[in-house]
Amino acid sequence: MTRETTVKATEPSSGTGLGTEIRLAGVTKDYGLASPAVDDISLTIEPGEFMTLLGPSGSGKTTTLNLVAGFETLTAGTISLNGADVGNVPPHRRNLGMLFQNYALFPHMSVAQNVAYPLRERKAGKEEIARKVADVLELVQLTGRDGDYPSQLSGGQQQRVALARAIVFEPKALLLDEPLGALDRNLRSALQVEIRRIHREVGSTFVFVTHDQEEAMNLSDRIALFNNGHIEQIGTPQQLYTEPETLFTARFLGDSNVFELGQAALDEKVAQDGESWIVEPGTVAAHPGVRASSAIVVRPEDVEVAGSRDAVPSGANAVRATVRDVEYMGSYRTLLLAMGAGGLPGRARTSALRGEYAIGDTVVIWWWPRAQRIVAA
Amino acid sequence: MSSVNIKWSRWFPLVPALALLTGILLVPLGKTLVDSVSTPAWTLKNYSNLFTDGVTMTVLGRTALTAATVTAIALLLGYPYAYLMTRVGPRARGILLVIVLIPFWTSVMARNFAWVIILQDGGPVQSLFELLGADHVVLYGTTAGVTIAMTQVMLPFMVLPLFSTLGSIDRRLLLAARGLGSSPTAAFWKVFWPLSRGGVMAGVVLVFTLSLGFYVTPALLGSPQESLVAQLLAQRTTLLLDFPAAGALGIVVLIVTLVLVAWANRVGGTVSAIGVVATSRPKDRP
Repeated sequence: MTRETTVKATEPSSGTGLGTEIRLAGVTKDYGLASPAVDDISLTIEPGEFMTLLGPSGSGKTTTLNLVAGFETLTAGTISLNGADVGNVPPHRRNLGMLFQNYALFPHMSVAQNVAYPLRERKAGKEEIARKVADVLELVQLTGRDGDYPSQLSGGQQQRVALARAIVFEPKALLLDEPLGALDRNLRSALQVEIRRIHREVGSTFVFVTHDQEEAMNLSDRIALFNNGHIEQIGTPQQLYTEPETLFTARFLGDSNVFELGQAALDEKVAQDGESWIVEPGTVAAHPGVRASSAIVVRPEDVEVAGSRDAVPSGANAVRATVRDVEYMGSYRTLLLAMGAGGLPGRARTSALRGEYAIGDTVVIWWWPRAQRIVAA
Repeated sequence: MSSVNIKWSRWFPLVPALALLTGILLVPLGKTLVDSVSTPAWTLKNYSNLFTDGVTMTVLGRTALTAATVTAIALLLGYPYAYLMTRVGPRARGILLVIVLIPFWTSVMARNFAWVIILQDGGPVQSLFELLGADHVVLYGTTAGVTIAMTQVMLPFMVLPLFSTLGSIDRRLLLAARGLGSSPTAAFWKVFWPLSRGGVMAGVVLVFTLSLGFYVTPALLGSPQESLVAQLLAQRTTLLLDFPAAGALGIVVLIVTLVLVAWANRVGGTVSAIGVVATSRPKDRP
């Protein structure tokens, strides 16, 4: 899959309010609980970028979004839009579009009235309102539904009205708070395509909050992975998946086989559970914590399964494992394993062509040292 | 299956209630209506007298004005109170709710006599005004005193439907409005207020119609010179024994009330008999 990360830069976009840079510096929100909800976060979102704030619930991603929107007040730090500090600017003067998980459409207003709302608040003329409402309803493919009330629309349609309402006034940026969380799976992927298309066409900065890693990987130019109120790692989806810095990142995005090493000298070889594994310098994370405590991470798709040690090529790292279960996935199957002497849970992808394995079989799994990643644990 | 062929058995549980309503409400009401146009002869004289006797219209006007004042003050006090109830934690909400309900649980007579003590000459209210430099403020035996006491009695009927409506409004709509460019004040008037209108209408109609027929408070706290319509009715039935004339007056008050409820139903959504709002959404949809 090729990612269209460069589209925003190469495609000229129409309209104003484009390309707002959002800069967070030392942003902290403390509710006076055991630990701050958001703890000293610094993050620069480039003009026109699709940035996703990803993380488990309670990790501070939504609080961060609310701080940008102005719905929460900063405990410390600064937030600036295109260089202008907005810390003391109330939400209605920040000129940011916001999309909520529950759509937040005004139930007493028709679709057209909902979409016209931000324009009315800005004292736009009647003709201008009519024209812009018609244009944006066409953009979200809801032409002809102007007179309907929100309760007459499906969830997906309601979210598209909310999207139209959030972009019709050409805001400096669009903030999306789990906008697809309430929709079923098919509708989600349809709306993901829609949101990506609208991001391309509108060209403005999008900040998207989700706890769904697939959604984040699918949509984002870059992802900021949140954990316990701080940012664990920032990078493109591919960077986060292939070059995780910490065990948290490796585990949050995709499946991993993990061997915790504790404090270990990470030169040519590491010893673990009676096995000796080759370490390639390029695969060790730059994270400073890696020296104190580290772990080897290998993705299931990078693991090969062999019947015995003899079948493992030289130069590969290997470990003995027992097959606990076999998941048939159609194009491939996943072996659920107990790895090494400790019986660590593991996964390996295989296919019928490479041999059949049954529950209880003893196998050897192996991988090339360059496929593994040594992260801070 | 359409709702047209609802079986007889489904209606059966309604029979006792319907029989009771017919016996104690519809039949007497019908008799009152018939008497008011047939006694002493078949004529509308009992009704035309209401407009010409020089008393009834004054009293009706005064009653409507008093009821409107009570309703307005109850709304002004009740709306912020109900709003506060939706904003505080469950504990504080419980306390606020009990404060509203205590008058409900207290006997009407006890409350009204309490007001007599509070408002009477030399009572605490008068002393308070004297402390503030306003000598000899008389509230006992005046319409103002009646209005104050009635407002206190009526407040729960305003607060409870408002609380149920305001509590059901999604607060995130206000955030959405703020994000779309509304100041807090604009967000309230353009989003929160329209959505609360069902509860406002329910409370207003409930308090106004109850106030129209209020008897005990004006009888105890008001003066006979400034009587309200319920006192007039009582006078005509218990003192003058003029049942047809009283019936005519009663029918007029009933019609005013029904017209009001019908109007509120059109404007403010569905208002059920107990004043709880079924929905705060606009009516013009399927």
